[in-house]
Amino acid sequence: MDVSSGDLNAPHSMGTTIIGVTYDGGVVLGADSRTSTGMYVANRASDKITQLTDNVYICRSGSAADSQIVSDYVRYYLHQHTIQLGQPSTVKVAANLVRLISYNNKNMLQTGLIVGGWDKYEGGKIYGIPLGGTILELPFTIGGSGSSYLYGFFDQAWKEGMTQEEAEQLVVKAVSLAIARDGASGGVVRTVTINKDGASRKFYPGDTLPLWHEELAPQDSLLDILSSASPEPMIC
Amino acid sequence: MNNLIGSDADSQRTLYPYVTGTSVVGIKYKDGILLAADMGGSYGSTLRYKTVERMKSVGKHSIIGASGEISDFQEIMRYLDELILYDNMWDDGNSFGPKEVHNYLTRVMYNRRNKFNPLWNSLVLGGVKNGQKYLGTVNMIGVHYEDNHVATGFGNHLSRPILRDEWHENLTFEEGVKLLEKCMRVLLYRDRSAVNKLQIAKITEEGVTISQPYSLKTFWNFAAFQNPTVGAEGSW
Repeated sequence: MDVSSGDLNAPHSMGTTIIGVTYDGGVVLGADSRTSTGMYVANRASDKITQLTDNVYICRSGSAADSQIVSDYVRYYLHQHTIQLGQPSTVKVAANLVRLISYNNKNMLQTGLIVGGWDKYEGGKIYGIPLGGTILELPFTIGGSGSSYLYGFFDQAWKEGMTQEEAEQLVVKAVSLAIARDGASGGVVRTVTINKDGASRKFYPGDTLPLWHEELAPQDSLLDILSSASPEPMIC
Repeated sequence: MNNLIGSDADSQRTLYPYVTGTSVVGIKYKDGILLAADMGGSYGSTLRYKTVERMKSVGKHSIIGASGEISDFQEIMRYLDELILYDNMWDDGNSFGPKEVHNYLTRVMYNRRNKFNPLWNSLVLGGVKNGQKYLGTVNMIGVHYEDNHVATGFGNHLSRPILRDEWHENLTFEEGVKLLEKCMRVLLYRDRSAVNKLQIAKITEEGVTISQPYSLKTFWNFAAFQNPTVGAEGSW
């Protein structure tokens, strides 16, 4: 009788689409912005790309709580590591710290992570750390529930040695396609591009994204359509 | 730091695997051991990662091939690297051969099994030391044995019958490779988690070589495949 607005006591989970892509000179990380509690969208503008250091960021998927706590611990350790080392930590060290926590607590954690960054030794690098704590250094990787819809897309669209613009466009297009089909992904597309010049954030609200199959251009109101010259607005 | 990175409270539990590798096949041949494994890392039914190295060298005299949970294999490699490091630190002119490594692995796997916290892998361990060839296997419950040919997973059911029929003492390298490729092709046809990108590893008294990744041709042009349901529509 009572239409449930979703199980509000369900754990916050980021259904999510997350992507990490290397290009010639750095990396591009991308994500959607939907955090759901059961069927309710708890946050429609989340930021799933979290900073670990000046030169390393992490994309979070799965349980919001688990991914936040792992990021917080790694940020804390990396901060100390940077002080002790006397220079920015490498992406590899950051990724391995994430792996350590994910692997040793595999029974309790439910979070898939993508670590991406730039350091002066290896340049731009992406590391995928799925459930279980496997660590894999990859030219690109996708994660989250929305990623299911992107395997075919990337098999076809990914190329080695893209420019920064090409890589960013690819990531935005991919997240946007995943949002179109995955109920657990939505909102805006956020990207972070990291290279020798540092990290820069971009924000792509829904109206700047391309329209896909069966999607219509948004209107203010039906009234605008009716009052325009087109002969077809009402069908009997 | 230790109880933040890992918790003791949760180690008393059998887990489930997330990212898994499929069969490994190994045979003795004239000059040493040959191992074959594909480069797939499956995530349930999704063929998620296609460039996972599931065979690695261990010290100077051994190679290990792993199926099962990749994060546990990565942890096993850390244990083995430490084992070999300590062996080298003795600096006594002696080095662990495949027999010793296999025994160490067996103890690790069996003891984890007794604590209900297994490393979810089936391992193949092969090597040559002082002219003696060695090929063994050990799995997550601690079952271990040596033989002239071994396999894990589906390989046990599909490859070993072929090997029982066609393996013989003193195979040449070419014969050995052809035999392994025959086994891997059958696995490619009949194992859903197989991926068409494999490596073959060779170990002889001289040392270890692991081939670059390559793909096998498959054969579909049989008359019986053309119209299999003629006369029995709806069947398959």
